[in-house]
Order: sequence, then structure tokens, then C-alpha cells
Amino acid sequence: MKEKIIVENLGLKYSDGTESLFGINLRIQANKITALIGPAGGGKSTFLRTLNRLNDLADVAEVSGKVLIDGVDVLDPETDVIALRRKVGIVFSRPLPLPLSIYKNISYGLEVAGEKKREVLDEAVERALHLAQLWEEVNDRLDDPAAALSGGQQQRLCLARTLALKPEIILLDEPTSALDPISTLKIEDSLDELKKEYTIIIAPHNTQQAARVADMVAFFLQGEVIEYDTAAKIYTKPQDSRTQDYITGKFG
Amino acid sequence: MSGNKLKISEVLITRGIQFSGFSSILFVLMILYFLIAQGLPALTEVPLGELFNTRWYPIEEYYGILPLILGSLVVTLGASLVAIPLGVLTAIYIAEIAPSWAKEILKPLVELLAGLPSVVLGFLGILVLSPFLRDTFHLPTGLTALTGSLLLGMIAIPTIVSISEDALNNVPEIYRHGSLALGATRWQTIWGVTVPAARSGILTAIMLGVGRTIGETMTVMMVTGNAPVMPDSLRVLFMPIRTMTATIASEMGEVASGSPHYHVLFFIAVVLFLFTLIVNIVASNISSKQMKRSERILS
Repeated sequence: MKEKIIVENLGLKYSDGTESLFGINLRIQANKITALIGPAGGGKSTFLRTLNRLNDLADVAEVSGKVLIDGVDVLDPETDVIALRRKVGIVFSRPLPLPLSIYKNISYGLEVAGEKKREVLDEAVERALHLAQLWEEVNDRLDDPAAALSGGQQQRLCLARTLALKPEIILLDEPTSALDPISTLKIEDSLDELKKEYTIIIAPHNTQQAARVADMVAFFLQGEVIEYDTAAKIYTKPQDSRTQDYITGKFG
Repeated sequence: MSGNKLKISEVLITRGIQFSGFSSILFVLMILYFLIAQGLPALTEVPLGELFNTRWYPIEEYYGILPLILGSLVVTLGASLVAIPLGVLTAIYIAEIAPSWAKEILKPLVELLAGLPSVVLGFLGILVLSPFLRDTFHLPTGLTALTGSLLLGMIAIPTIVSISEDALNNVPEIYRHGSLALGATRWQTIWGVTVPAARSGILTAIMLGVGRTIGETMTVMMVTGNAPVMPDSLRVLFMPIRTMTATIASEMGEVASGSPHYHVLFFIAVVLFLFTLIVNIVASNISSKQMKRSERILS
């Protein structure tokens, strides 16, 4: 099994001393859905945002260790973060597209990279909307403002705009926490289809979602990875008592 | 007993607050009434053709207010050309780019500029700016429309900066992150997402800043030379001009009450009032549109 991301001894401190990561070691496999579970404040978001260097924007005091994507350390200051972010896309928990039209939201990432050809953009927009299972619902009103869509549609639009860049890795940070069950199901269905082509890391907003979608599960607790194994093992016979307590709902 | 007393004091407080609220409306209405009552007779005393003429020389009963209106417009336009780019870019710098220590220095400084009395700015204009312009452009006098424009720009900038900056800060962080996560650079994010999202707030800021410059009196009176010359070409920037506000301020003290000159001065005030009213209406229309849009996004 190919390992897409190798995280070695990753540590992170914010300058105000809050939520940090301590010695994280993870080997994330290509074409699998890896779920990061654990109570809030455990470092899942921080971990995801380290993978595409979005943490550069936050008040981070210190990052140590290595994050190797396809063998290249992305924490290296020389890394081209623009290219990295195109390769490692992210969907946030708030379903809030950019204040542009539906079409523009998807073409935006391509346009800022210098793509001007209308045919290329048209094709990319249609493809991305199909992948995010949104095409049927919006193909007759691509020029409407994205804000006019429902919450679930907006989140699928956010997924589509990420897919339009043809990333290799997709990070999802509680992508369905603001959505109704039907929209949630649609996103989960898309993920199952998408993992054939992409490596997916998701921080689900509850453990049940992880159980539904994930191949691999990592349990984050207070900045540490307590246990990392296949979803089947984590949910049937976890090695650590804290994992056991968390998935059975004793805390969190 | 005490319950009754409580009720009475409650009523008194309510009435007191109500009175304050209504009194400010009353003051505005009274100002409007006196302006119109004193200004409208000008229309009967001076023929319209003479009123909207190009010669202002009240001692010989030439009451053409066109040079004054255009004088105000020229200075306001010049000030806008200075203040809009500088103000908006400063706001973008403070809100989007500056590290926090620079923010902490810049924000109070901009507020300080806002609190600077206009007479002080005018003083600086006379002392520093106008000799500088005179020597640089070899002008007969440094008291010109350009001098007034530059200084009025300084007056509009704090308004434009602080309101634009608020608008930029109100842009949800997730827009910026979304844009950056899609591989946009910082500049692409600012121009492509953040500024367009704050567009209506920035337009409101510009209108309010421009509104301040139209009504500004002291600075322009001190530095524009106060010659009621009809602006007819770009040359006028380097010549003395006179604005509506400066005319009212300098002549009102010496005019005979009830004379045509007196009524014409009030008529100028009515015109000025209409200008600022229009600017304010446009500004508040823009900001109410903005509210509707943010409501839609949040819902």
C-alpha cells in the first residue's frame, strides 16, 4: 500500500500557548479515507492545516518535525505554498463559498493560477460539479450568487471548487457539521467515489461518521495521536482504554 | 407606595429619553426651516439668470454663485482624488497586511489625524504646503485650489480609512482562507475576494469622506486664496478659487441683515445643504444594501 503522507514527530505550538501538537507520527495511505477522531481541542484542525500550510496564517510560534508528502518535506521554508495548496485542497466546516457566482467560485482557483481559456474553465466547472454531485441542481443557474444556494449545496460547492484544481489530497475539516442528514449523506457518498482518485483525510464531526466513511482512523487526544489503525480495529477492539472510552461515549 | 413611585420614575426617565430623541429631530427641522426661510427670498430678490451667473461681486450687486459652486466641486474633486486611493490603500494595509505592531501604531495615528482641528491643518497649509507649491510650480501665489484639495484630502482620509477598515475586518475570515486554500496569493485574495466583499462598506466610507470635504470651511478659507474665479479649465487647480463654505463664513459677519446679499448667502447654504444631503442619502443607501446582503449570507 502506497504511503502518500508521512508525518514524523510533528510538534506545534501557538504563540499564546493553546492547542498544540506533540510528537505526531502518522503514515497516511493513498486512496484511502483517513478519519481523525477525538474531542474538540485535540489538534485535528491544526493537524489538517499543517498539511497544506494554512497554519502559516495563524499565530504559530513553533513547528517541529517533518511532514513528507510524496517524500518532500512541506514544512521546509523553501516550499512553494501556492503549489502545495493546489495539491492539498481543504474543505472547511462552515459552508461558506466565496462571495461570487456559482461558476466563479469553481473557476476562481484556476483563474488565479492563470487559466484564461473559457473552454478549459467551462469543462473544469462542469466536471467538478459532477464530482461533488451538484451539477443536476445548479447547471441552469451557474451565474447566480453562490450565497443563494442552500447550506448543503454551498458545502458541496466548496468541495467542487477544491476538486476543480485536481488536487491529490483532500482535507475535510468537519465538512458536515452545519448540514442536515440528507446533505451529509450526499457528501459522504461523494467521498466514497472520490477516494478512488484522491487521498482523503477527514475530521468528522462525530464518531459515527468516521465509522461510516473511514478506512483508517487516528484518535487524537490533547495534541497526541493515541491510536492509529484500521477503522474496523478501532471500532471493534481498540488497544488503548482511552480510545475505547471515547468511541463508546464515556467522554468527549 | 414604593411600587407607585417606581412607576413614576420609570415614566419620567422614559419621557426624558424620548424628549432628547425628539429634540435632535426638532433641531434639524428648525435649522432646515431657518435656512429655507432666509434663503428662498433670494430667488425673488435676485433674478435667476443673475443668481446662476459667473460673477460674484456682491458690493456691486453681482450675485452669481456658479464660481462658488464650481469652486467647491473642484476642491472636493481634487480632495477625492487624493483621499480615495490613499485612504482605501491605507485601510487595506492596516486591515490585511500590516503586522500587529504596525497596526497598533497606525490606527491611533489615523484617529489622531481625524481629531486634528481643521484650523491647524489650515495653518500648516499656509506655513508649509503653500510656499512649497508656490516654489515648486513657480506660481504667483501658493494659495490655490490644489493646496485646498491636498489639505481637504487629509481631512477625508481618516473617515475613509476607519470606515473602510471596519468593512474589511467584517469580511469573514473564511473567505480569505478559502481563497488562499485554492492557491491564490495574498494579493489575489485581497483584490479578488476581500475588497469586493467589503465593496459597499468601502463605498460608504468614500461617500462619507467626500461629504466631510464638501462641508469643510476653515481649511479652505485659509489656503485657497478666496478669489471667486470661474473655474474653466485644468489651470484652475493652480489658481486661487473660492468655495461656498468659505464665502458664507467670510461674508456673513459683515452683511446687512435682510439685504439681498444676506439672503443669497443663505441660499448658498441651502445649495450646500442639498449637496451634503445627496451625498448622505447615497451613502446610507449603499450601507443599507450592504446590510441586506450580509443578512442573506448569514441566513
